[in-house]
Formats: sequence, C-alpha cells, structure tokens
Amino acid sequence: MAYDKFDILTSSAVPLPIENVDTDQIIPARFLKATERKGFGDNLFRDWRYNADNSPKRDFVLNNPIYSGKILVGGKNFGSGSSREHAAWAVYDYGFRCVVSSFFADIFRNNCLNIGVLPVQVSPEFLHKIFTSIESKPESQLEVNLPEQSITILATGEKENFVINDYKKANMLNGFDDIDYLLNIKGQISEFAKDTPL
Amino acid sequence: MSSKKTLFDKVWDSHVVQHIENGPDVLFIDRHMVHEVTSPVAFLGLKNRGINVLHPEKTFATADHNTPTINQHLPVEDPLSANQLKALEENAAAHGISYWGLGHEKNGIVHVVGPEYGITQPGATIVCGDSHTSTHGAFGAIAFGIGTSEVEMVLATQCIMQAKPKSMRINVEGSLSKGVTPKDVALYIISQLTTSGATGYFVEYAGQVFRDMTMEGRMTVCNLSIEMGARGGMIAPDTKTFEYVKGREFSPKSATLEKATAYWETLYTDEGAEFDKEITFNAADIEPMITYGTNPGMGIGITNDIPTADAVEGGEATYKKSLQYMNFNEGDSMMGKAIDFVFLGSCTNGRIEDFRAFTSIVKGRKKADNVTAWLVPGSHQVEAAIKEEGLLAILHESGFELREPGCSACLAMNDDKIPAGKYAVSTSNRNFEGRQGPGSRTLLASPLVAAAAAVTGKVTDPRKLMVIETV
Ligand code: SF4
Repeated sequence: MAYDKFDILTSSAVPLPIENVDTDQIIPARFLKATERKGFGDNLFRDWRYNADNSPKRDFVLNNPIYSGKILVGGKNFGSGSSREHAAWAVYDYGFRCVVSSFFADIFRNNCLNIGVLPVQVSPEFLHKIFTSIESKPESQLEVNLPEQSITILATGEKENFVINDYKKANMLNGFDDIDYLLNIKGQISEFAKDTPL
Repeated sequence: MSSKKTLFDKVWDSHVVQHIENGPDVLFIDRHMVHEVTSPVAFLGLKNRGINVLHPEKTFATADHNTPTINQHLPVEDPLSANQLKALEENAAAHGISYWGLGHEKNGIVHVVGPEYGITQPGATIVCGDSHTSTHGAFGAIAFGIGTSEVEMVLATQCIMQAKPKSMRINVEGSLSKGVTPKDVALYIISQLTTSGATGYFVEYAGQVFRDMTMEGRMTVCNLSIEMGARGGMIAPDTKTFEYVKGREFSPKSATLEKATAYWETLYTDEGAEFDKEITFNAADIEPMITYGTNPGMGIGITNDIPTADAVEGGEATYKKSLQYMNFNEGDSMMGKAIDFVFLGSCTNGRIEDFRAFTSIVKGRKKADNVTAWLVPGSHQVEAAIKEEGLLAILHESGFELREPGCSACLAMNDDKIPAGKYAVSTSNRNFEGRQGPGSRTLLASPLVAAAAAVTGKVTDPRKLMVIETV
C-alpha cells in the first residue's frame, strides 16, 4: 500500500523509556483478528493503556494529556518479538509517523519502513538527551529531517545523524513501496524463476 | 572477498535476482507458507492492485493461529476468528493455493506441517508471516518471518527485498548431559546473548551438539533463533536431514531426488569461511533451563536463583518492572515455585519427540491436582503418532487429556488463555507480558521440565524424576 510521503517532521514526542518493548505489548494477539487494516490505533499498547474493565490506566504515558505528538520515543530493542505488521499499523494508525530508539528489532524496523513509519536509530546518549528534554519540557519539539538524515532537539539545537539505506530513503521520500519496484522488474523475476530447482 | 563461502552465503547468493546498490537484494522465494492472521490484508492488497498470486504452486496455506483446540468438527464460535478462517479459505480458492483448513488431515501449525510434508527442503528460501519461520532453518534452508506488506510482495512477485544480514556462527561443543534438551540449549544461548544479542545477524549453529541432535531438536533450536533477535538460524544438512526429507509428499522423487541430494551435499560452510561474529559454548555448562522474567533472555539453569538487578545487563527499571509483573523477587530460587498451568505444544515443542519426553516423566505418576494441563499436538500427524505409539494411553492413565492441533496458548488468540495472575510452565517460545492471555505469567521450559511441573504442581528439576540408568 502506498503511503504519504515523508520529508521533514517537526513535532513534540511521546516518551516510553522502557527497554525490549515487544510487539505483544504494542498490539496484543487477541486484536489481530481483523481482515482489513483498520482501527488498530485504538488497541495500541492495549494492556498497558487500559485496565481489564476498559478504564484507562492513569499512569500510562498515552493517557497523560501533557504528552502528544507524531513521534514515539522508545527504549532500547524496540519492537522485538513477533513479525506482526499489525504492530506497525497500530503505531501508524494512532498517529505516529516516526519511532525513535537506540536499537530496533529487525522485522519491526522493516515493517515500519514498508508502511511509512520512519524508524530513527540514535545513540544511547542522544536517546537519553531526548528523554531528558521531554521530561523537563513535555511540549519540547524534535525535528526529524529525512533528506538530511538528521534528528534535532529543537530546544537545545543538539543534533544527530541517522542511517537509512538509499533505496528505502527514496521510497519514504516519494511514498513508493517495494511492490511497485518488484512489479517493474517482473520480467527479470520470471527469467530467474525458470532456473530455480525447487 | 574470499571465495570461501558460508552455508548462508551459498543459499542466499543463489537466490539473488538483483542487487540494489546501497539498498536491499531482491531475493527469490522458493516456498511461501501462509496462515489466516497475517494474510488477509495482503490478499486485499492484491485485489486493490488487480493482480494474482504469481506462483500458487509455491504457496501453501494452513489455519493454525486462531483455531480452537477442542471440538474442531463444530463451527468456530468466535465470529472474528471464523471470519478470518473463511477469508483464508476464499483467498486460497480464488488463487489456486492448496489450503489445509480446520479438519483437513494435513492441518496443523505452519512450521510443523511444512517439514512433515516435505515442503521444507535444504537450500530453499522459505518465508511466512510468522517470526518462528526460522524453524525451517533446521534443514539448511534460509527461512525467516515477514510482515504483511512482505506477504503481499511474495504473493505478487515471489520475491522479497532484504538487505543481506550479517553472519554469526554459534558453536556448542561436547555432549549434553542427561535431562538437557534442545530447548535448554536454545534458552541457554539466548540467556547468554540476550534478546537483542543477534539482531541483524543470521545464525549458523555448528558443533557436536547439533550434529548429534535429531531433526526435531534442530527445529526447536532454529525456531528460537528469533528470540535473540536473529533473522533466522540454520544448520548444515547431513544424512540425517536427507533421510528425513526423503519420501515425503512434496519432497523430490527418483531422478530429481538424486539431483537434489547432489546439490544438498554442497550445502555446508567452507573451511576457512569467515563470519562477522563467532561464539563457542560448552555443552557441559548447560542444565535444564527455566525463565523467570518477561522476555526469553531472562532464563537460568533450574537450580539457580533469580539474578539481582545489578548482575544483569540493561536498565534496572525495566528489570524490576519485569519481576514485579511475575511477582518474583531478586534472589528467589525458582525451584519449588507453585504453578497453575502447564502447556505442552507450539511450533517450538509440539512434535512427537516432545510428547515422548513429556510422557517419559509422567508415566506411572499422576497429574498434580492444582495443575491444569493443556497438551496440544502441533499437527494431526503428531496427534496420530501419539495414539499409535501408545503415549495417549499413558497420558490418560496419568490424568492428562490431549487437545486438537493448533497454536493454542502459544499466543492465546483462541480460547486457550492462561488467566490473569496465574503461572504457566510452557514449552512455547515467548514469555512476554500477557502473551498467553492478559495478565498471564509464563515460565518457558523444555517438555521434561513441563512434565515435572505437571506432576508435582511446582517448578521441579526433571532429573530428580528420571529413571537413573544402572551401568
Ligand atoms: S505456535 Fe506460536 S510461534 Fe508457532 S506459529 Fe503458532 S503462534 Fe507462531
């Protein structure tokens, strides 16, 4: 599915300073029963966000009105566990366009890139600075600049570069997806398929 | 670059359709396994683009994640689950894909039935929208889990776009002691590497322990590769592998088999080939393992105490939050902790060998009254073997029931949910918060440890219950 183009995103951010946030927390398995990609944002972090009786858990960050924005900042090893793309869908559907962490699980990172959520990996030190900045001033803004591959804490001007491969970067900037690319080289794929033994 | 290649290089390089400069490789996929949960949106994507599945003959669909494990002959009660199953059935029919739905004799967990029917073969590239696709690496295949956009990609073009991961070799030398199983080997490795220790890598397992291991055991180990963050894990195929694959429904026959075997025999890491990382462990250091926290890296030898926060890597707050969820304390002994549920099953430990191991402990003993046990075979073939080998009679005798095949409490999408606050010793693969039901507390372990817990009602060293062989 093609998605919106990503260029420069300036926004406040929501801090989640927990390590190893796994995809079962991002979206529990019991919410994977849909046959369409709709409404997953409502169940983002369901069991951290709501009590069993569906009342909101006050101490969870998404229920705290002082934090908002299109950027989610998570602890190390964000998105570990299952391959469920539903986790990335939930992040997107809730309204986040970018996730920042000092380390991402592979499949989650891929899934994000495939649906137009930009995973930005920063150093542990820079991550710490971001958390500190949000802690002292919840409305403080981050600027994520994809063309420049940089992220800036606007309040202090501190800036760090991040890595993304040229191909994925071009896709994000243009809102293209891999299937568009692959369908264009279908001839080459069929040639290749002829020689495969299996 | 040296001409010496790793097993992984050999299989990967022979599947690259195109290499994109400073971008991913276009990788050709030989086998695509599909299940009901991660596929509907992918099929919808095809429909929106107005295209068909390119290679239905390389695509195999089964229903497992969402299915009930009792009364499978009745209509599925949960309307959402029923809807997903119906969607897969219709999508498979519309695109000419073979579909092993509920009640079909070949139905079972996707990573159990793939090998059983010879779909899984050495040197193949295999993907599925489930992270434990790494299981198939036991045959010397490159197998890994993918997201739904990628499922759509493979359905549409039989290719996937992936940057080639780095390579890691994990050697375990020596022989395993009695009561130490492949599950323990995997949990031990993960506890040493942490859940992110192999992120970005594709792992090859090597050394005597894996050479000695059965195919079932190799599957258990490769299955758990993802739990240390690895893209996948693989083991060089050998005669044990070839024998296993031979004669199965979808495996090559006669002349093709000869040709295939000749190719399979070339699938090993060349002497002197380089890995980005290499680690060696000693089998003698491994004892039966159990997890105490909320990720699979939080595991210890069953006779050890829960580590204190200062002894573990990573943030103290995260560690404490995890123990708080489990209601355990730093320094607690795991042994003797009371448990409520036992789950034997999943693509990690739902094969016939796992049922044999479980039965060997419970034989002549009774299920503890405080324990609810769910014994769920990975497939109908496993279920049939349990009956044929007389294991079912022994299990009944000891007060256990057998359920019908499926993923069951591994991810608790169906009714098999561990209630909030309850402890389950599970042979599955994830102990994340709420993985087995909201509020559930999971202790990951081998089938032997699960069996020992099932008959004693608490965490027990299975070696204490094993028959001591007299020399
Ligand atoms: S048993 Fe668990 S891990 Fe295996 S395929 Fe099913 S849900 Fe996935």
